[in-house]
Amino acid sequence: MTNQALGVDDIRARAFPFPAKHFLSVTDLDPPTVADLLALADGFVALNRQKNKKLDLLKGRTLINLFFEASTRTQSSFELAGKRLGADVVNMSPRASSIVKGETLIDTAVTLNAMQPDILVVRHGSSGAASLLSQKVDCSVINAGDGQHEHPSQALLDALSMRRAFGHVDGLKVAICGDVLHSRVARSNVALLTMLGAHVRVVGPPTLMPADVTRWGVEVHHDMKTGIAGVDVVMMLRLQLERMQGALVPSMREYFRFWGLDREKLARAAPGVRVMHPGPMNRGVEIDSDVADDLAVSLIQDQVEMGVAVRMAVLTSLAARLDNR
Amino acid sequence: MSRRPLLFSNARLVDPETGWDGPGSLLVLDGRIAEVRRGEDPIEAPDGVHPIDAGGALLAPGLVDLRVKTGEPGAEPKETLKSAALAAAAGGVTSIVVQPDTDPVIDDPSVVDFILRRARDIGLVRVYPAGAATNGLAGEAMAEIGLMREAGCLYVTNADRPIVNSKVMRRVLAYAGALGVLVAHRPSDPWLSDGAAATEGEFAGRMGLPAEPVAAETIMLERDMALAAITGARLMVDQISAAEPLDRLAAAKARGLPVIATASINHLTFNEIDIGDYRTFCKLTPPLRSEDDRKALVEGLLSGLVDIVVSAHAPAPPEDKRLPYDEAAPGSVGLQTLLPALLTLHHELGAPLATLLRAVTFAPAQAVGLPTGRLAAGAPADLVLCDIGTPILVDAARLLSKSKNSAFDGRRLQGEVRMTLVDGRVIYDRDGSPS
Repeated sequence: MTNQALGVDDIRARAFPFPAKHFLSVTDLDPPTVADLLALADGFVALNRQKNKKLDLLKGRTLINLFFEASTRTQSSFELAGKRLGADVVNMSPRASSIVKGETLIDTAVTLNAMQPDILVVRHGSSGAASLLSQKVDCSVINAGDGQHEHPSQALLDALSMRRAFGHVDGLKVAICGDVLHSRVARSNVALLTMLGAHVRVVGPPTLMPADVTRWGVEVHHDMKTGIAGVDVVMMLRLQLERMQGALVPSMREYFRFWGLDREKLARAAPGVRVMHPGPMNRGVEIDSDVADDLAVSLIQDQVEMGVAVRMAVLTSLAARLDNR
Repeated sequence: MSRRPLLFSNARLVDPETGWDGPGSLLVLDGRIAEVRRGEDPIEAPDGVHPIDAGGALLAPGLVDLRVKTGEPGAEPKETLKSAALAAAAGGVTSIVVQPDTDPVIDDPSVVDFILRRARDIGLVRVYPAGAATNGLAGEAMAEIGLMREAGCLYVTNADRPIVNSKVMRRVLAYAGALGVLVAHRPSDPWLSDGAAATEGEFAGRMGLPAEPVAAETIMLERDMALAAITGARLMVDQISAAEPLDRLAAAKARGLPVIATASINHLTFNEIDIGDYRTFCKLTPPLRSEDDRKALVEGLLSGLVDIVVSAHAPAPPEDKRLPYDEAAPGSVGLQTLLPALLTLHHELGAPLATLLRAVTFAPAQAVGLPTGRLAAGAPADLVLCDIGTPILVDAARLLSKSKNSAFDGRRLQGEVRMTLVDGRVIYDRDGSPS
C-alpha cells in the first residue's frame, strides 16, 4: 500500500512461491495467498510508475500467450507483465490458423508443450478449457478467461483497485450489475470478494441471471435502483451486443433505461461510490459516458493499471515455484 | 463352441419373473432351460452333461439392454457390432437393441436386415435393431414402421432427436400403436435444451456451463403422454431422469395410461457433481441431474415406477471427448458396467436382487416381446453367472468397447461376471475355459 519507490530487494522480499502449479480459479486461492499476491502487486504498482520498470525475476523464462478469443486488454497486460519481468513473451492467436484446420485444443497444447514454455496464459471460449489444458502440459497454466467460468486475474485486479481506493475490501458493499449469466468476471469476483469479506449483490434482469444465483452467497436484485442503493462500489459488466435484440433483453434502449448506469441511478449509491468496469465498455448501453469518464468516481483506468501489476505478481509467484523445484 | 448339455449346481438362482431368489440348480439342453430346481437338492446329472459348480454365485437370466448405440453402419471406428457384442458378452448382457441413429439411419427394412445379418455372422449376443420413427430421424415423415417390424425391428424411436412436431408424434403413436409396435421417445424440449451441457442449477451456474432446466423433460413428457392418451398407443419414455417428470409419470400410470419408462444406469449412479472438473465422460444426454433427482430415480426403480434400466451405451472416441466440456460429445459406454453397477446399487441399498434384475431382464424382454429374461423351463438359455460380491475397479482402457469413454472409469463397483450364455452356448467365460 505504498506509493513510494520500491527497490528490487523489497519486491524480492515479497515474492513467494505460489502454492499451486497452475493459476486456474479463484476457488483454488485462500485468503493468505490473496493477501500475499495483493501485497506483491502493490510493489509492482510502485515499480511500474518508475522510469526503469524492468526486473529479471523471469529472466530466461518463456511465456506463451495463447488467446483463442480476441482480447487486446488482457493479452497486452500479460505481455507487458511478462516483459517487465524479463521473460521472453510469444503471442499466439490460434483462432485464425490451425484451429480452423481441425487441430484441437489438446493438439495445440501438446505442440506448444514441446517448445518447452514455462508459463502458458490461455483464454478460450469454453468453460473448463484452461483446466483441460493444464492436464496435458508440463508448464504452469494461467487461466485468462475460460468461457463463462472464471477470469481469476481480473478478480484480483478488481480487489486490488478497491483496496487501494478504500483501504480495505472487507465490509465493502459491492453491486455487480448486468449480464451475470454469461460473465466469467462476475463469477470470479463473487468468489473472491465474498472470500475477502465484502457484501456482494448481483443486479440485472432475470434473463441474465444464472439459475440458483441466490445460493452464491450474494443478494440478488432485479431492480437496479434498490440494487445499488447504499453500495460503495458499482461494478458494471459488459453486455454482448448479440445478447440483446429481443433474445435476452428487448432492446438496447430498454436495457439502458432500466440497467444502464447513469448519474441518476448512481445517486442512490453511498457517498464516495466508485464505479468499475472490466472493459471494453459499451457506452450508452450499460454505462453512460458521463459516469465512465468522471475520474472522481471511475476506477476504470486504475483497473487497467492494476491489471499489469497483478499479473506481474501472479507470474512472479508461479516462477518462484518453478525456481524452487 | 458346441451346445452340449450344461448343469449348473450350487447356484443362487434369481428369477425376476416370479421374484424367486434362493439356492438351486439349472439344466440347459439344446439351447433351452430344461429344468429349474429350487432348493439344495440338485438335479441329477444326465449322461454327457457338463457340470458347472456355481459355488453359490448368482445365476440369472442374461440382461436385455434396450438402448445401445454402436457405430455400425457408418462410424465403425467408434464401435462395431462385433466390439459392442464382445462388451455385452463380458457384461452379462445377452440381448442388445441398437439405436437407429446410424449412417445410414435404420429407417428402412433393408438396414434392419443388414443389422440382423451382421449379428448372425458375429454369433455372440442377440442383436436387434430399433427402427427410426421418422425418415432420417428428421421428425417429419413417418418411416416404414410396419415393414421394419416385419423385417425384425423391436420398437421404433427417434433416438436422440426428439420429434418436435406434435402432429408427427401423434401420427407415429397412432400408426405404430395400431400395428402393435412400441414407440420410444426421449422427452426433451428442443428449445429449452438447445446447447445445454448440464442441468440448470447452482453447480452448472458456478461452472459456467450452458444448462437446461428439468422442465425441458417435464414439458415434453406431458406432451407425449397426452398424445399417448388420445391415440391409445403404448409409449416407452426413453431415459426419464428427474423427480418432477417421475411425479408426472406416476400420475399418468395411476390413471391407467399404457406408459412405461426406462432410466439409464448412469442417472441411477451419478449426479451433476460427478462432472467435477469438467469430466467429459460424465457429459450425457439427458445431462446428469441433482442428487435429489438421482434418489428419486432409485426410489422409482425400487417401487416399479421406473420399469426398465438401460446402459445407454454411447461410444465416443477421444477426439470427440478430449475437448472442452461444451464442445465434447455426450454419452458413456456402459454395456460392460451395467450389471456391476446395478449390483453395486443392490449392495448399497440392500434392495432385493430380483427387483433390480427384473428391470434389466424380464421387464425389457416383456416390453418388446422377447421370450427371454426368465428362469423357466422352455425359455431360451440366455444366462449370466456372476460373483456378486467381488469388488472391481473399472479401468476404462481395459473395456472391450472400441471407445473407452466410460463414466465409470476409476469407479469401484461390486460384482463380476463369470460366464455368459446365449442359447445355451458359453459366449464369455472369465476363467477362460469355453465348454
